[in-house]
Amino acid sequence: MTPVLAVDQVTVSFDGFRALDGLTLSLSQGELRCLVGPNGAGKTTLMDVITGKTRPASGTVRFDGRDITRLPEHVIAGLGVGRKFQRPTVFPEHTVHENLELMTRRDKGVLRTLFARTRSDERAAIERALELTGLGDERRRLAGLLAHGQKQWLEIGMLLVQQPKLLLVDEPVAGMTQEEIERTAEILASLAGDHTVVVVEHDMEFVRTIAQTVTVLHEGRVLAQGSMQDVQSDPRVVEVYLGA
Amino acid sequence: MTAAVTSPGRPPATRRWARALVAVVCACVAVAVPLLNVLPPAGSALHVSDFFVTLVGKLACYAIVAVAMDLAWGYAGILSLCHGLFFALGGYAMGMYLMRSIGAEGMYRSSLPDFMVFLDWKELPWYWHGFDRFGFAVAMALLVPGVVAYVFGFFAFRSRIGGVYFSIITQALTYAAMLLFFRNATGFGGNNGLTDFKRILGFSLRDPATRAALCSVTGAALALAYAICDAVVTSRAGRVITAMRDVEAKVRFCGYDPAAYKLFAWTLSAVLCGAAGALYVPQVGIVNPSEMQPSSSVEIAIWVAVGGRGTLAGAVLGALLVNGAKSWLTVAFPTAWLYVLGALFVGVTLLLPGGVVQLSTRAGRARSTIGRAIGGLSAARRAPRAPPPRGVPVAEQEARR
Repeated sequence: MTPVLAVDQVTVSFDGFRALDGLTLSLSQGELRCLVGPNGAGKTTLMDVITGKTRPASGTVRFDGRDITRLPEHVIAGLGVGRKFQRPTVFPEHTVHENLELMTRRDKGVLRTLFARTRSDERAAIERALELTGLGDERRRLAGLLAHGQKQWLEIGMLLVQQPKLLLVDEPVAGMTQEEIERTAEILASLAGDHTVVVVEHDMEFVRTIAQTVTVLHEGRVLAQGSMQDVQSDPRVVEVYLGA
Repeated sequence: MTAAVTSPGRPPATRRWARALVAVVCACVAVAVPLLNVLPPAGSALHVSDFFVTLVGKLACYAIVAVAMDLAWGYAGILSLCHGLFFALGGYAMGMYLMRSIGAEGMYRSSLPDFMVFLDWKELPWYWHGFDRFGFAVAMALLVPGVVAYVFGFFAFRSRIGGVYFSIITQALTYAAMLLFFRNATGFGGNNGLTDFKRILGFSLRDPATRAALCSVTGAALALAYAICDAVVTSRAGRVITAMRDVEAKVRFCGYDPAAYKLFAWTLSAVLCGAAGALYVPQVGIVNPSEMQPSSSVEIAIWVAVGGRGTLAGAVLGALLVNGAKSWLTVAFPTAWLYVLGALFVGVTLLLPGGVVQLSTRAGRARSTIGRAIGGLSAARRAPRAPPPRGVPVAEQEARR
């Protein structure tokens, strides 16, 4: 089976600093993968390369067998790559409902959008996201007025509506309470299977709860890969993390 | 442009009020003022002077420009400083038709426009062909600003030029165009521009009835421009446009191409400006390169800022208020106007960032605060206040409330 995502020998340098150094990584359909690594390991840069925000100096990225290395961001997003940023980013001047509506799957060209009417399947997807995130009572509120945690939920809800084949999630539980963290873990775990999910996270406790496979990045390369146990007992990983 | 006060998510009641307000303005311009000029005899208390009709027509043209500017700036977050250029291009296209329709009645009794005879030109330059037809001129008044905006915007937005950089380039664009139009050799009458028009579609421009009809058409055009922009900003594309203004990067990851949406709002805005220019020129009787001065375009931004960015009705109000004040003050206190304009811009930016439309929401809030205070007082009289829970500082209680 072809992998959903195949990153092959990707190198990115910023002013001589190699953020990614010949990185190779592949994900199969339905996987939930955690990316960990110390600061500057290249986790966010890798996300940027996959979503088209950063163009690599060399190497290729294939999504569903298609080379997406040089495609613009909105095209890659249209193919089914979703991304959640580290800081919750919602549209502050739009209501919760409108935020969700902007994510529905349809033609996103200007003219089609100008004459768009909300279809019943869109309405259903929005209702489902409102229910899963517990934001039903807030649907008419401006997203800018939500509490921090609610914004995180809204952003996750937006991804639920978008239904991307590949979902990249950057530090989903930063600033969340224990209870919220557990619910986030549940949602992410339920997404895997139908979707392929990549989670970047510093919270090792959280990674332990959800991870099937963990990839450790270090200095722009894959240092180790495997189950949480294998990775944690790997002496190289211990060295990088503890600086022993 | 995060300071915008409203979005398509605002309560529909506000939008209904805004629509009603603009409908009243348009009805006055399109129906009431022209009729009161034509029907009651001069000297009657109800009679509206010819001067006033032209003034109202002019103000309505400015209001169209303000609505267009608001679409680009207030909603899409593109601060254009070359809307004066689009206005002038529309005006020149109409001016060329009006020049051609003078026929051989000019000073030199030639079929060529006077300035060409003066420059000793023997025949019409190629780009003047077709302008003897009204329909062609109207099409060009919309098409030329649209194409200029599209080409310019295509490269600027694709290269992701935004914010003040975009504004500065647009200012340079209108300045360059002004220098070009100042040259006699460019073929648009140099610094005198196009003037001495006689008639439009066979009707004399001196005839008050023609003036009244032009005012009426302008009112209808304002209604149409408002309706178009209102439909755009309340559509889903409008929500994408405001989302893009607020968080452009996120819109991209939602699968929308910001460059395409900006180009759409920007080009539509330019076309509406061209229409306004085409309506303006027959009413004021002249078009010259001074319309392309950067300061004219800056003034357009001030109208919108004063009225209220991101509210189309605010833009209409701003254009009417500022230009109404201008036409009064430049007569009453000619030297004071620029100071007033400057003070207005600084004052609005500091005290009323949402423009004059913010006054209505402020008034509403003040009313409800007073209402709550009165309600609170009477409630307090009925029931004694519960003692504060122990161990919680008063300030913290306040903060919780």
